[in-house]
Amino acid sequence: MKTADRPLSPHLQIYKWPLTMATSIMHRASGMWLSIGSAALVFWLICAALGPDSYAIAQSFFHSGWGIALLMLWAMAFFYHLCNGIRHLFWDAGKGFDIHVAHDVSWVVIGIAAACTIVTWIFGFIVMGGGA
Amino acid sequence: MSNYRTPLREVRGYGSAHHGTGHWIAQRFTAIALIPLLLWFCFSLLYTVFTADYAGAIAWIHQPWIMLALILLVSAVFYHSSLGLQVIVEDYVHTKWLKTATLIVLRLFNFLLAIAGILAVLRIAFVGV
Repeated sequence: MKTADRPLSPHLQIYKWPLTMATSIMHRASGMWLSIGSAALVFWLICAALGPDSYAIAQSFFHSGWGIALLMLWAMAFFYHLCNGIRHLFWDAGKGFDIHVAHDVSWVVIGIAAACTIVTWIFGFIVMGGGA
Repeated sequence: MSNYRTPLREVRGYGSAHHGTGHWIAQRFTAIALIPLLLWFCFSLLYTVFTADYAGAIAWIHQPWIMLALILLVSAVFYHSSLGLQVIVEDYVHTKWLKTATLIVLRLFNFLLAIAGILAVLRIAFVGV
């Protein structure tokens, strides 16, 4: 069977990503990123349990530039995963499946997550006294 | 067409996914539990823990309700994480042996981290400040 010279579907060059697809992929990506963050949580707890010397290691890591950058990204992933996760719970209840509603709520999820993230970042920098 | 399914098969309700609704329910259950737990933890990190020294951090953890919440948090986080990562692997890894191996490693790793986190909290609880 001759299959050459035919356009393939979907046409990936002109394919417009639906917003709901992007939010779905971001939900999984943020979840994977947060599972690494939960390993960092255990690292912190173990360092606290082992004594002052090991706690100082955790403290210096989480206060370093890299540590703060990671914490900021984990905060962003957390608030996104939280907001979109709550939307998933509404979907589980059978609400919000209409295409236009799902599209509009995607922007609401992104907006609330962004606002919470920025407030947390600002609060974090205030707590640290403008960068320790 | 006659029905070739046994009554036992019908009552279990297992389809081609080879498992029932247990995974789905556990994922939602842990998700709902994690909403207050993680909001509380994030707030505590910023408000108390992040700037505390060693003694301050231990004093914070070494409170009964905090330790209870931390153990619940660690349990729910790694249960939820294990379930979520499992679905991602099942969706995208199609080589049978690699899929099985990845699922086993991920589950063991999540279990190990959960136990390590709980043990760390218990050590602070019993060994003390």
